[in-house]
Amino acid sequence: MATVTATPIPQVVAHKVEKPVTGWVDWVTTTDHKKIGIMYLVLTFAFFGVGGVEALLIRLQLAVPDNTLLDFKTYNQLITMHGTTMIFLFVVPVMAGFGNYFVPLMIGARDMAFPKLNALSFWMLAAGGLVFYASIFFNPPECGWTCYVPLASKDYLPNGGVDSWIFLVHLTGIGSLVGSVNFYVTIANLRAPGMTWSRLPLFAWTILTYSVLLILALPAIAAAVTLLLTDRHFGTNFYDPAEGGSPLLWQHLFWFFGHPEVYIMVLPGFGIISEVLPVFARKPIFGYKAIAASTLTIAFLGLMVWAHHMFTTPSPSVVLVFFMVSSMLISIPTGIKIFSWIGTLWRGTIIFATPLLFAVGFLGTFLIGGVTGVILAIYPVDWQLHDTYFVVAHFHYVLMGGAVFAVFSGLYYWFPKMTGRMMDEKLGKISFWTMLIGFHTTFLVQHSIGLDGMPRRIPEYADVGNLAIYNLISTIGAFILGVGILITAYNALRSLKHGAVSGPDPWKANTLEWFTQSPPPQNNFDAVPRVRSVEPMKDIRAEIERRNNEPKPVEA
Amino acid sequence: MTARSRSPRRARIPRSHGGSRSDVGGWFLPVLPNTRIERALRRLNRIPHLTRASWRAATSAIALAIGLTLVTAGPASASFWAPQKGGSPNADRIHTLYAVVFVVGVIIFVAVFGALVYAMVKFRARPGAVAEQLHGNTRLEIGWTAGAAGIVLILGIVTFLMLPGIRNPDNSDKDGFDLAGYQTAKDKDLLPPNGKSLNIDVNGQQYAWRFTYPDKDADRQNNVQAYEEMVVPTGTTVTLDIRSSDVGHAWWIPKLGGKADALPGYTNHTWFKVPAKALRNDDERENGRVFTGNCAELCGRNHANMTAQVRAVTPAKFQEWLDRQKADLIAAHEAAVEFRAKQAASDKAEAAAAAAVDDATEPTDSAAPSGAQR
Repeated sequence: MATVTATPIPQVVAHKVEKPVTGWVDWVTTTDHKKIGIMYLVLTFAFFGVGGVEALLIRLQLAVPDNTLLDFKTYNQLITMHGTTMIFLFVVPVMAGFGNYFVPLMIGARDMAFPKLNALSFWMLAAGGLVFYASIFFNPPECGWTCYVPLASKDYLPNGGVDSWIFLVHLTGIGSLVGSVNFYVTIANLRAPGMTWSRLPLFAWTILTYSVLLILALPAIAAAVTLLLTDRHFGTNFYDPAEGGSPLLWQHLFWFFGHPEVYIMVLPGFGIISEVLPVFARKPIFGYKAIAASTLTIAFLGLMVWAHHMFTTPSPSVVLVFFMVSSMLISIPTGIKIFSWIGTLWRGTIIFATPLLFAVGFLGTFLIGGVTGVILAIYPVDWQLHDTYFVVAHFHYVLMGGAVFAVFSGLYYWFPKMTGRMMDEKLGKISFWTMLIGFHTTFLVQHSIGLDGMPRRIPEYADVGNLAIYNLISTIGAFILGVGILITAYNALRSLKHGAVSGPDPWKANTLEWFTQSPPPQNNFDAVPRVRSVEPMKDIRAEIERRNNEPKPVEA
Repeated sequence: MTARSRSPRRARIPRSHGGSRSDVGGWFLPVLPNTRIERALRRLNRIPHLTRASWRAATSAIALAIGLTLVTAGPASASFWAPQKGGSPNADRIHTLYAVVFVVGVIIFVAVFGALVYAMVKFRARPGAVAEQLHGNTRLEIGWTAGAAGIVLILGIVTFLMLPGIRNPDNSDKDGFDLAGYQTAKDKDLLPPNGKSLNIDVNGQQYAWRFTYPDKDADRQNNVQAYEEMVVPTGTTVTLDIRSSDVGHAWWIPKLGGKADALPGYTNHTWFKVPAKALRNDDERENGRVFTGNCAELCGRNHANMTAQVRAVTPAKFQEWLDRQKADLIAAHEAAVEFRAKQAASDKAEAAAAAAVDDATEPTDSAAPSGAQR
């Protein structure tokens, strides 16, 4: 029992050796968490591109007052497709993609707990996307990503678009639910020896929380869309006030899912930031336990704030007050996280690589989203801001400037691990600055658009106030942002072939995924070292250093 | 097994006697000094050298951009940074509350963002710099948690202090429209303290708003109705009962306060009071001042065209308008009654003529079974 490799290997006599599958059959039939993770990332980034094109079309339509580029129907379809794509088909599953690839590696596991279920989750997502996008050949939904009833009922939108949306929610929902159970079981059971809960990487903590939130929130939306489906096709009246149903029921069920969904999207982003900052500040994470605890607190509070999306509905004051207070409370754990991240940078030696730039870009941008979030939580103020471009700006600061910047940070950070090659730093920096400038040009001014009286989801507006100039600025910004994203896309594709070979641990990072080769072999690790801290790789490097400096033993 | 439990590190990581970096253990992957990457990483940290002229150019370009934005947008409308106001006390109070929260938010943003930028500049990797390996600071962490909680508490208190003034209607001004004789059967909490308001029913439908005015009698059939434009008297508290007859809509006139969703099956409430001094010149005192807004809840393809207008006029002008509408309504009603009577007479005459013809052609067929008999 001196070394692991000394263990005798039993001899197996094979009578028939299966030919290994290669090519696309391998991808379609794989249960390897890394290949599934790659498929997740490729598919979701493809949807990100499609959703981005939809966003640019929306911004083109709004570039000038009274524009007639798109008709009203097409515009409503575009906003629905854009919102649904970005939420159900990009931000949520892209986190599952990173989680799939890196959670097993980070915790020293050889695969997910249920590899076949893992493949099922991915193919459910793909099926959901397929069903939803098939609707462009007949009639895409035009009810917004929230599909409020009665607008989404059969009386007002009789065509199949809403049904395709319902099936998307069901299919991706099953995929996410199965995936969440899988993540939970994996993290609970397959951690490396010595990896106690207090040594679990923060990204794994956030994926764990993401899974719990999905398990708690998805049944509500599944129920809501099922009721909508039976209302539309089987003669029930859950949402029809004329028959004793209630349109508010939909809003409650939808947002009971919809608000946790926001944290489902942004918490894994927080996890990526918590991994990236310590590596590039060359410093341990500041307040590991506080960050892990605030992740759980945000998730807990996040389950009780849903009606802050409904401040303008006819609801009793006591309800509004409760949801205002719970929403304001969320700013406390979020603040703790932001302070701890700055504490991580403090007195470090910060290396300005692209992942760090995106992480810091995330910090500054998310901070603005957090401040406007507190403003919106105060419900008398929300009465003015609700459903205006102020809200659009707020949630893009949180989801685009927040979650998506974190995703890009993760992409640049983990690309070497996934492909064995570095992404180009120069292009990465150009992309970062273009995206940052483009993002703020697009969305900062949207706060003013909303304050100037422009509601969301309108395809044209009159030339009153400063709406014309604000919207033009916003549209120009959107195209700058688009260019920035394209540069990263080009960078990624180019680096696949031409990037510098990264080796196993190019960043001198802290977590176990950097212990294995890049890209990792099918079994991830031949042996997993015992974990002694949150930063096992730092321990291993120190150990190597120590041994290298040891005097050579004198030959006997 | 005993070896591992005694010294797990040695058991797990085989000791290398080679000494060189590249062969540490048989199974452990070598961490090669990848010079290309390391050099690139070092290069990243250089601050690009900019000449004094380019610094000046960059700074002045940014200053110019900010200045232009402020010049074109800032003074021209207060809605650059805060919600609109000026049409109603609740809109003004929302504006004030927003301003308080906004200022707190700006202070927090500047402090936190400043700390971030300071850290980025001060703690960038330099040759010889060593990162301080600290894992946290309990006192500091408790401190900022308490600080964040304190700020939230203060914002909460300010909100609760200002909330009643925004939510509950004010009394009408003395020079407002005379509401004597108008009754509203409404929850007392939704009415001004003196219980008197002009209560208008607002009904949203694809893609217009319908306004029904109260009058002094209980008959709702003869109430004045208007589409698109709501005419209201200044100095008078107007309470709204907001409903929808098809999909969800949202009533919103930014200068008159917040939104209220119109949801089928529910009645929503809001209020406003246009002060007399909101009419700024003689023209507005003569013709009224128009406040506009958009439907704020996606309600279908023509959502963008579902606009709403409120025209505030002096109480005297409002009385005139109401009387005119009422007179039109009565005239229309009388005309309708007259028309109906005329039509009934002509129907009768026609029926009589037809009966005469029937009698002439089919005299025996009058005993055909009617529906009731069958």
